[in-house]
Order: sequence, then structure tokens, then C-alpha cells
Amino acid sequence: MRSGLPVLSVLAVIVGVWYLAVAPMNVRVALDQAERADAVIVPEGSVPRRDVSVWRLMLDNSDYVALGYALERPRLPTPGQVGAELWKTTGEMIAKGRPFSKRGLIYHGWITLQSTLWGFLLGTTLGIVGAVAIVYSRTAQLSLMPWAIISQTIPIVALAPMIIVLSSQVGVEGRGLPKAIISAYLCFFPVLVGMVKGLRAPLPAQLDLLRTYNASGLQSFLRLRLPASLPYLFTSLKIGIAAALVGTIVGELPTGAISGLGARILIGDQFGTPLAIWSALFAAAILAGALVTLLDLVQRLTLKRMGLA
Amino acid sequence: MTVISAQNLDLTFQTNDGPVHALKGVSLDIEKGDFVSFIGPSGCGKTTFLRCMADLEQPTGGAISVNGTTPEAARKARAYGYVFQAAGLYPWRTIGRNISLPLEIMGYSRGDIAERVARTLDLVELAGFEKKFPWQLSGGMQQRASIARALAFDADLLLMDEPFGALDEIVRDHLNEQLLQLWARTEKTIAFVTHSIPEAVYLSTRIVVMSPRPGRITDVIESTLPKERPLDIRESSEFLEIAHRVRDGLRAGHAYD
Repeated sequence: MRSGLPVLSVLAVIVGVWYLAVAPMNVRVALDQAERADAVIVPEGSVPRRDVSVWRLMLDNSDYVALGYALERPRLPTPGQVGAELWKTTGEMIAKGRPFSKRGLIYHGWITLQSTLWGFLLGTTLGIVGAVAIVYSRTAQLSLMPWAIISQTIPIVALAPMIIVLSSQVGVEGRGLPKAIISAYLCFFPVLVGMVKGLRAPLPAQLDLLRTYNASGLQSFLRLRLPASLPYLFTSLKIGIAAALVGTIVGELPTGAISGLGARILIGDQFGTPLAIWSALFAAAILAGALVTLLDLVQRLTLKRMGLA
Repeated sequence: MTVISAQNLDLTFQTNDGPVHALKGVSLDIEKGDFVSFIGPSGCGKTTFLRCMADLEQPTGGAISVNGTTPEAARKARAYGYVFQAAGLYPWRTIGRNISLPLEIMGYSRGDIAERVARTLDLVELAGFEKKFPWQLSGGMQQRASIARALAFDADLLLMDEPFGALDEIVRDHLNEQLLQLWARTEKTIAFVTHSIPEAVYLSTRIVVMSPRPGRITDVIESTLPKERPLDIRESSEFLEIAHRVRDGLRAGHAYD
């Protein structure tokens, strides 16, 4: 693949910077740990050390800097540690024959994925229906569009708990549906905007042509506007699914959820296990990457069949 | 038989800069089997007049009939095929499927569609290109496909709005020759907008000269050329004489602006 080398170069730079950053980030924790193991640290005691810069500490105690790369509860874990934790909570679980154990990320990823897909389905449907209404009705354009824009200015973190509380008030059991609603809330907007642009893509002459055939509104929609909008739709869908995943994770954060990647991030924070946070974070990133790649593949195949790519 | 009849047609567009008189007092009859060209500088209303025939614009005064009925009724009866300046083929449809587009909309049967697509592709000499996508064809071939699309449902009237305007001279000559042959074979009535004098003279039985501000007809020239027209007829003195009259008409239209 042509794009392989640039991507790998950037990845190498990121991993390199990350490894370098681990030493200053973890030096205080590493020195505290070494001091407890009777090593001589300059200056003595963790309280006086707070007034000394990490660079000074690293210079004066260079023998112990390496400890920062193997801490159990590091401030910043190394890429290797995160990778190992990811493996422990996924691949190793499969090897042990318990892939869906609640201690593993496969289970939590699956919970998040389910809500994401429901939210994506709901948001995409809303976005497409809204776009059709906006393109075909001036009233809808004047009334819907401003609200669609305003809706995206409300911080989703503030809205998420309200949606959970309100949906439990109307008797909705569990967190699946409210999470899907939160995720749809983020996902519908890019789909709506892209689809409005796409449905308006046909040129006036193309619409005139259909008029000379005396084509019905439905015929013009199915034969012209819809196919013309597909390239726009796919671009929006890729943004939309990433937004849906973010929505789901945000929906899992402030709501006391105990399963899902968002819950893992929050629990990891409360229990001071940074490795759990980082591995959940990477699991979410990998999941988003996989979903976007999948849609990209569908886009390529569809547009190729349509003769557009 | 009169196919198109316009009496004292007016069309005024209301714009922010005040009213624009696209057509003013335009009267013209087009008989069945005529090949009528409309020529004039941009803004003279030639395209607007064609769009009035197609019910794509509504005149603000006067009367126009197509096949003895209103343009709207004629449009709904699919009485004409319209060829736009840009081929405007759907990029996601193959050439064959582009030509079948009007047929699908008009509800032709599957077998009928296949037969008509094959026949019209033959007519514009594009047989064998049915499965190609538009981007795989040259500009001239795309325009031929768009003519085939207008011919597919056998309307007796063909409205063409500068169909060869964007093509180079060599391709244009070739397509002009083909169009004449097609017109002779199908005996259609053709209204043809152009701004090329040789094209208008070579193709037409009648040339309508128009001038702008307000858009109006300044001269109607009957062609004395025979129906059989090889390309080199354009060097005959008869051809040059008609071309000269057209040029005079265009100049007269410009005299007072």
C-alpha cells in the first residue's frame, strides 16, 4: 500500500515521543518507590521533591529513571504496557476460553458497540429523513435547520445525565436506549448536513431534464437526487459513526454505568488504575478505526459499482 | 401542419436590477418537418424561447401552442425530446442505462426498453458503447448519447439548445452531418439554438435571427439549399449568400445599442 509508509512514519514518531515522555512523567513516582526500597534519593523525601523540577530530579537520580518504565501504577504508561494490558484483557481472555468475561475488554467493547450501532442507525435515519424534509419543504428548512445547528452547541456531557434520568422516569429499563439516544444526538448532525448537500447536488439542467419527461417527485428522488447524494452520504456516515461511538462513551461516563468502555475509563480513574483507562481508550480508538474502515470499504465497493470511483 | 405557434410572446423576468425583457412580441410558426435554427448574440432570448416551447419557462404575455395544445399538455404528453447544452448524462448510469432513463420513467416494458436503447444507439452510431460509463466517452460521444436519450421515446419534436456549443470544430462538423442524416431519416421537427452562423445555415430549412434587449425576432430566412447537403456545400455561393443574410440580420439587430 502506497499510504503505508507515511502512516507508519507518523506512528513511529508518536511512539518515540511517547516513550521519551514516560521518563519525566513518571520520575516522581519512580523515585518514591525507590526510596521506599532504601535507595538514596536527592533530595530526600517526596515532599521536598515537589519543589524540584522533573529535569533536575532526572539528572540527580539518573540511576532510578529507568524504574519509571515498569511501574504498576504509572502516571503515563509506556506503549508496551498499554499493549500488554490490551492483550491481557482481549487475546489472553480468548486463549483462556472466556472471551466474554466481564473482566475483559471484548465484553465491554461489545456493550459499547451495540449502543453505538443503535445510535448510528437512529441518528442516520433521523438525519436522512430530516434532510429529505429540508430539501423538499421550505417550512422544514426554516424550522428544522436552526434547531439542528443549535442542538450541536449544547455540550453533550451536560445533556447525557438528563437523558438518562428522563428516560428512567418514563419507565425505560437499562441503559441501552438512553445511550443510543445520546449517541444518535451526536451522529445525526453530520448525516443531516451531508445529505442536504447531496440531495441538492443535481444541476438545474438535470432537474429540467426530468421535468421534460414529466417525471413524478418520487421518480426524481429515486433516480436523480438519491444516487447523486450517495458520495456525500458516505462521507457523512464515516463522520457519523465516529461521533456515535464518542456519544456512547460519553453516555457511559457520568451515568454510573458499570459496563462499556466509557464505564471502564471512569472506573479506572476512580480506582487509580491508569493501565485500565489507557487500554479502554485504545480499545475505543481501535473500534472507531475498524468501524470507519468498514464504512470506507462499503463506500468504495458501492461507488465503484456505480461507476463513480 | 403547424407544430409550434407563437403569437406576440412576451417574457419578462423580475430581477433585483429591475425587469429584464427576455422576449418581446415574438411571433413564429414552425411547420411539421421543419429544421428551424435560432441564432443571435447571448441574451437575445433564443434559449428562453426554446424553454417556453418545452414548458420550462412560463411566458408573461402572448400565446404559444405546441401540437395544437398548451406547452404544459405537450410536456405531459411527452411530445418532445430536449437536448441540453451539456450532455448531462448521469455519471452513475452506463450509456445504455442513461438512454433508458426516460423510458423507465415513462413506464415502457423491459423488452421494449432494450429494443429502443439498441435502436437509438445505432442511430447515433454508438452501438457497442452501451456498457460504458459516460466518463469513458469523449465529449462528442457523450453529446451523441444525450441525443439518443432524447430520441428514445420517439417524440416527433426535438428541441436542441446549443447541443454542440462546447465541442471543437471537427467534432461539430461531423455531428452536424450526422444530425442532418438523422433528421432526413426520422422526419422529425427540430428547433435548434446556436450561435454559429455556418452551423445554422448548414442545418436549417429556416433560420430565425434574434437580437437582445428586448429579445425579439429581427429576420426569418428561408433556406434555398437542397435537402441533400454534403459538408462541402458550405463553399457554394448559395450557402455564402444565406450566411451573408444572417450576418446582416445580426448586425441590424445590434445597430441601436
